[in-house]
Amino acid sequence: MEDISPWAILFAAIFTSNILLANFLGMCSFLACSKQINTSLGLGAAVIFVMTATTAINYGVYHGLLVPNGLKHLQFIVFIAVIAAFVQFVEMFVERFSQGLYHALGIFLPLITVNCAILGAALFMVIREYTFIQSIGFGFGAGVGWALAILLMAGLRKKMGYSDIPKSFQGVSIVMIITGIMAMAFMGFAGMVRIQ
Amino acid sequence: MSDAPVACGACEPPGGLCGGKGLATFKEGFWTNNPVNVQMLGICSALAVTGKLENSLVMGVALIFVCVGSNLFISLLRKAIPRKIRMIAEVAIIATFVILFDQLLRAFYWDMSKQLGPYVGLIITNCIVMGRAEAFAMQKAPVVSVVDGLANGLGYAVVLAAIGILRELLGFGTILNLTVLPDWYPKNQLMVLAPGAFIVLGFIIALFNVMNAKRDAKPAGGN
Repeated sequence: MEDISPWAILFAAIFTSNILLANFLGMCSFLACSKQINTSLGLGAAVIFVMTATTAINYGVYHGLLVPNGLKHLQFIVFIAVIAAFVQFVEMFVERFSQGLYHALGIFLPLITVNCAILGAALFMVIREYTFIQSIGFGFGAGVGWALAILLMAGLRKKMGYSDIPKSFQGVSIVMIITGIMAMAFMGFAGMVRIQ
Repeated sequence: MSDAPVACGACEPPGGLCGGKGLATFKEGFWTNNPVNVQMLGICSALAVTGKLENSLVMGVALIFVCVGSNLFISLLRKAIPRKIRMIAEVAIIATFVILFDQLLRAFYWDMSKQLGPYVGLIITNCIVMGRAEAFAMQKAPVVSVVDGLANGLGYAVVLAAIGILRELLGFGTILNLTVLPDWYPKNQLMVLAPGAFIVLGFIIALFNVMNAKRDAKPAGGN
């Protein structure tokens, strides 16, 4: 993966291989938090920030610490520990220095530790053998892609409040089907840029 | 945030009926409170690996293994784990079992390990395992916890297998790589691709809703 420009990876991560619509990661919070546009905007912003930062940190930890010492098999537990520690740290930092930001983003931060998209991004970075710059492009792009998907869904769900949905399809069921249609729409981007 | 958009089972313990013993616990996890269809947990992997039945089965086995193992150990250690750091202790135990399974898969079943890619590792953040650890194993005795882990793992595996059968049948015309549908059936690539996964799960959940609505309508639940 040496030869692909980080910009190509960034756009691919947003559109063609959207981490939610093509790789199914981050579904739990996607389903739970897409009811209101404000909530999804806050969560989306927090995901973009945490994903970019943790992918970069995990790159350093993986290539600087785990690979040289032959500890690759510990990657899962180390990655999740890095993510949990980072989120905790950011939460304390934000609470201390910016109350406004804390109220806007703070409540979403604990949710992010369990968001599988964050761990997924770190694992994809290892599997696809990205370089450092590519990893940052990928982490940022994947975050933006996820935020875009949840924002679109929040908008759709707001409209959906006025529609007459069959009883057994109400709730998660219809959201899944709409996500499927959304994923189909995003497949239209395929061929523009491509990673894996 | 009015209608409680909480992400995971960890923060939203499923209905308080898990108190029963053996069979009741089993039914609870397997059907009444099925992790995928009712609690909406573990959707990520339920969608990602179900393109083929074989992958779905391996993933199901992985989850049963991790769920039973981590439930047992967390339950054994539940008095030793301080309340404040219980989350990280649970994650560490779960991650250990996931690493164990991942290494087994790499050693004996390399092709599958390659195909499942990051999704084996993602069992760690699979809310089912964490949810059961937090809501059940931290409070109950080891034996009941193992039953609970088994039931939830099985409930998950069965739903995964159902999605896997549907997608492989409609997408490739095969089941477990054996051709089932005749030649004239046009293979529907969409079922194998991402959108198919979302749509199939959407319909399965709707079907589950219909079945549960019928059962609830019957007085004194014959089922």
